[in-house]
Amino acid sequence: MTDFPQIQTVGLSGILVRFAATMSEPANRAALSFRAAVDNAEWPEVSETSTSLVSTFLQLDLVRVPLDQMIERLTDLLATRDWYTADLPSGRTLWHIPTVYGTDLAPQLEEAADLAGVDPDEAIAQLSQARVRVLTIGFAPGQPYMGELPENWDIPRQQGLTRSVPAGALIVAIRQLIIFTNASPTGWRHVGQTAFKTFRPTSEKPFALSPGDELCFPSVTRDALEKILTSDGTGQGGADAQVLT
Amino acid sequence: MSVTLTIAQAGPALAVQDLGRPGWRAQGLTKGGAADPMAIYEGAALLGQSPELAVIEMTGTGGTFVADGDIRIALTGAGMAAKIDGDVVVWNASHLLPAGAKLTIGGASSGTYGYLHVGGGIMSDVLLGARASHLSAGLGRPLAAGDGFVVGDDTGRETGLTLPRDGRFDGGVVHVVASMQTEHFTPAERLRFTQTQFSRDPRANRVGVRMDHQGGGFHAEGGLTILSEVIVPGDIQITGDGAPFVLMGECQTTGGYPRIGTVIPSDIPRVAQAAAGAPIMFKFLSLAEAITLEIRHRDAIHALRGQVKPLIRDPRQIRNLLLYQLVGGTVSAWDDPFEKDK
Repeated sequence: MTDFPQIQTVGLSGILVRFAATMSEPANRAALSFRAAVDNAEWPEVSETSTSLVSTFLQLDLVRVPLDQMIERLTDLLATRDWYTADLPSGRTLWHIPTVYGTDLAPQLEEAADLAGVDPDEAIAQLSQARVRVLTIGFAPGQPYMGELPENWDIPRQQGLTRSVPAGALIVAIRQLIIFTNASPTGWRHVGQTAFKTFRPTSEKPFALSPGDELCFPSVTRDALEKILTSDGTGQGGADAQVLT
Repeated sequence: MSVTLTIAQAGPALAVQDLGRPGWRAQGLTKGGAADPMAIYEGAALLGQSPELAVIEMTGTGGTFVADGDIRIALTGAGMAAKIDGDVVVWNASHLLPAGAKLTIGGASSGTYGYLHVGGGIMSDVLLGARASHLSAGLGRPLAAGDGFVVGDDTGRETGLTLPRDGRFDGGVVHVVASMQTEHFTPAERLRFTQTQFSRDPRANRVGVRMDHQGGGFHAEGGLTILSEVIVPGDIQITGDGAPFVLMGECQTTGGYPRIGTVIPSDIPRVAQAAAGAPIMFKFLSLAEAITLEIRHRDAIHALRGQVKPLIRDPRQIRNLLLYQLVGGTVSAWDDPFEKDK
């Protein structure tokens, strides 16, 4: 049970390769790198791959594909290197997304700062200088779970739910950040507001972010964000994107 | 010239569906698609066309539809009372809907999801490679009175065909295989799970079906906390209060509740269609047994076209019976009836 990676079936829909029982940077790195390796192998049986925090999922039809043969191939691929220290896949993007911290746009900054043991100015400094990675995408289309923040941000989710935080909200808990895709209730604390749309269904690139992308959230004034909102209808929210090599 | 199908009056939950939108799980978007894919295959068999074509899914109740040209239709899934210009038409069958005639579809008498198929398919906008609405992801929207859709080119001609109905509308035994956390439920808890009679909670929807039952909730050992992990349709999550929740096509891509098992794909329509209160029992199968059932199910889908039969019409239900030529052409005084066999 404690030996990782583990390989197991998921219904009749595919195979999961799990690198840990709890979230850690190396296990997330392993999941992302291993997914890239499976994609590169171009096995015709695999119709789709994805990652969650610390595992890689291969969608395949277990009714037709012999399971033993797939497990053997996966075991062989796993043995080719140490996935926990592997280089992250190339072609990822580094994003800078302008963010308003606090104010009535993001009313829980003080509360979150308090839980993180810093004053609000220090909280803004820490959050706006952190460089986080898209650990996984889920819950809503294109919605990133990003981390990991410094240890003092290992703050719990709140007991009750906030009835609704808006799309583009930057929220925090358990050393992770999320940019909300749609307005939604949440137990995470709303510390920043962006004009960044993670899901753009009618655009040529409907999902802005990919697992493994890296992000910074520089602090801007409310006026600056208002200007971005009035001048940019693309959903980019004033963000700058550069390819990581 | 293309034909338009217009919704004159809409029930509360009509949406365009097809077999779904695979390929976006890594981006947080599940496949979605028709809640009862078997009904899609049945409609395709009745109209002799591709199951990839889009249809209108009707949850609980239908609506009123009018086309501005003659079109072929098929009605499948949950049995609903249907009429064309006031005349009752048979469910699980194909019909001609003449230009301007009013197709009315009422409430479901068995099952939950009914389907209106048109010859040539519903040509709504394609979004991310499919026409399926995925309301929880914000793709598409519920249909409303006044909405109209272009009908695709129909290469078929036949109508008045029917398929036998199977038993998936009344609950029954739902087969499951072990899932990621099955072993975290004690053998006694798993046994109780398979010996409990469940029924579909009335709040069930395209995201998931909560299963109601008498008695205590189900719990994994040690109040298991697990990391959020991939979800596939059919996964049975045990939520905080111990109620099983079968996840359907429009669920999220990942979830953090323990899963006691996964409903096999061929039994998902049975879960989707069970009316509120219909009894459901779960039965664990080995992977090999499940694969055997799935192969049988796929063979049944392939065999559908061969099972299509002409409707035998009840003369009492035929409008303008006297206009039909009832005897002419059956026997000819001149032809040798056996000549063709010679």
